[in-house]
Amino acid sequence: MQRSIDIGLNELKAQLVQMAGYLEEAVKNATLAWRNRSREMIERVNAIEDKVNQAHLDVDAACLKLLATQQPLATDLRFILSVVKINSDIERMADQAVNISNNAVYYLQHPPYQDLSDLIRMSEIVRELVKNAIDAFIKEDAVLAQNVLDADDEVDQLKNKVFKDVLAHLKQTPQEVEQGLNVILIARNLERIGDHATNIAEDVIFTISGQDVRHSHFRKKGSPDEK
Amino acid sequence: MTETLLSVQNLNAWFGMHQALKNIQIEFSPQTVTALIGPSGCGKSTFVRCLNRLHEEVPGAYATGKVILQGKNIYESSVDPVLIRRKVGMVFQKPNPFPSLSVFDNVVAGLKLAGIRRKSILMEVAERSLKQAALWEEVKNKLQQPGTSLSGGQQQRLCIARALAVEPPILLMDEPTSALDPISTAKIEELLAELKKTMTVIMVTHNMQQAARISDKTAFFLLGELVEFGQTSTLFTVPKEKKTEQYITGKFG
Amino acid sequence: MTSLRRQIGDFTRLRYRRRKALSGWMTFCLTVSACAAAGGLLGVFGYVVWKAVPHFSVSFFTGLPQPVGEPGGGMLNALLGSLFMVALGTGIGVPWGMAAGVYLSEYGRGRLAVWVRFAADMLSSVPSIVTGLFIYVLIVRPMHRFSGFAGALALSVILIPIVARNTEELLKLVPQHIREAGLALGIPRWRVILSIVLRGSRGGLTTGIILGVARISGETAPLLFTALNNRLLSLKWDQPMASLPVQIYTYAISPFEDWNVQAWVGAFVLVLFVFLLNTVTRWVMK
Repeated sequence: MQRSIDIGLNELKAQLVQMAGYLEEAVKNATLAWRNRSREMIERVNAIEDKVNQAHLDVDAACLKLLATQQPLATDLRFILSVVKINSDIERMADQAVNISNNAVYYLQHPPYQDLSDLIRMSEIVRELVKNAIDAFIKEDAVLAQNVLDADDEVDQLKNKVFKDVLAHLKQTPQEVEQGLNVILIARNLERIGDHATNIAEDVIFTISGQDVRHSHFRKKGSPDEK
Repeated sequence: MTETLLSVQNLNAWFGMHQALKNIQIEFSPQTVTALIGPSGCGKSTFVRCLNRLHEEVPGAYATGKVILQGKNIYESSVDPVLIRRKVGMVFQKPNPFPSLSVFDNVVAGLKLAGIRRKSILMEVAERSLKQAALWEEVKNKLQQPGTSLSGGQQQRLCIARALAVEPPILLMDEPTSALDPISTAKIEELLAELKKTMTVIMVTHNMQQAARISDKTAFFLLGELVEFGQTSTLFTVPKEKKTEQYITGKFG
Repeated sequence: MTSLRRQIGDFTRLRYRRRKALSGWMTFCLTVSACAAAGGLLGVFGYVVWKAVPHFSVSFFTGLPQPVGEPGGGMLNALLGSLFMVALGTGIGVPWGMAAGVYLSEYGRGRLAVWVRFAADMLSSVPSIVTGLFIYVLIVRPMHRFSGFAGALALSVILIPIVARNTEELLKLVPQHIREAGLALGIPRWRVILSIVLRGSRGGLTTGIILGVARISGETAPLLFTALNNRLLSLKWDQPMASLPVQIYTYAISPFEDWNVQAWVGAFVLVLFVFLLNTVTRWVMK
């Protein structure tokens, strides 16, 4: 039986899915910008940001309207609350993608850094996390969401490794300080994107089960957690 | 304080051959407002009418089980239903002031017709009850006018004052605001917040937003059974039972 | 195309005219019928007035029946006798009738109530002369005399079903939730009925009783075998008593001119009394 709120909820989902599409595009392009040393990709990322920002406003307005007119309860209420938060997370992630592409601008002004393997690995994992988090939301899959929460540890570990390695390398070869700095910044922004993806996963679990799992997710022992 | 004021155990109710309530088990704490929700015909009205033994006044209707009020089972054969009803008051859906009685006589009807005639006591009780029902200011100069001359919202508050006049520790309300306009409804909801401080209210309502606004606990009835009972804030955000979830999000009912 | 539309228009116009004519004709017929009904009433009343007014005098109300030919006869005994018997009959009939009505409305479910209701309906359609005979056998014979008491009893038997049905219908109009509100306050059921339900129907009940009284004041047949009649003024309950309807009857069928005239005056007084009662109740009901 279709309720009047279902129309609004479906539209909301569609809007969010479209926004997520823009985001995934932005993250991919930002990665390709420094990986393939492509100026064109940087342009593309900036173009997408406008679309994401507009969608951010539209989704929030739609949520407000639904809350006022439909007085939702239980699952519907949790869903709309989560959409508001996920909306915010996606917009922040798009900002981080723009930051990465800005880092790439400076990075491209210098010869490439010698060992990008960790960074590449990080970017792949983060793209996977973003995709899974969005999929978990669309498919209402709590298991997939939990996987995202578990996988974030690896992202943090890689970030710490990149920091350590770059620092060590720069001590040896100080003339590569600009590349090194940008690599570190890119790593940091990637890690932040990963965090936002885990936020989305936590919101998905809240919508489905009503459990608020924020701040209780265990971190693996032994990893210095600098945020 | 989580002591129990009213404990319902194994309550079953029938209308002739048709069973309207199945094995209801629920407990009410003092100074709380409990909302009873559920689709039409689910038994919530029947349930409250079992709490003041009004159910059995319908020909062919009866109930089994225990309803323990302040330590005593009100369904014991030695108990006089009339005395129970002085402890468990009731306000109905349609405002029903007694016709041909004045506002004053309506408020004190419960006392007068139980034999208390002293003018001074009646005046005092009338003023107190009307103040509790947030009606005193509006009617203090027209106490002798017929009860039916008031507006709908005022009439309902008059009925509340009438029920409060006998000072029952428990007040049952069967959709008390469903026949009223939003402003009258808001006034009555406000006074419930006050009443809660001194008594226990059990309220049947069709309006889930109302239940969510004013109650501490909510019970969901379906087809004569108690499906879920818990804190209002939890039941309306993270209900435990699937049926509860479906009902409150409007998937049926 | 336009001609078709015009044809349809003509057709509907024709039907409209026909309908209007039919409606007018029906209104006319109904008005005539209403006038006929009212005319009957006015005719009777008017005739009585016309016959009675010329002979209307105070002595009618103050004098006692005189032998034929003597002037100044009156019907004081009949007036007082009627008053006595109607009052007593009402005093007996109303409590019984109301109790029966309360039973039927408040407690009556099941077989007994069905029979009681049936009995009330039957009783109200029993010819009043049969009621009179019933009381004759029950009271007059054992007492070995006619009496005002028997007359009052006969009247009460006629009044009971009227009051019972009226009470029942009125109480049924009181919504159930009013009773429940009373019960919910912890008021015993009998008190709820007395102080709330009955009290709330006061107006209608009074009207019903007054109309019942108007009815029994005009009853003649039941008094024939019970109170008989009395040429003298007697208000002893265990003696034959005069009553207006019977006196009218006696005088009307007599061959004496001045007795006939008195009968007309008596009829006029009776009709006036019933008319006033009806008017008063209608006015009070407003």
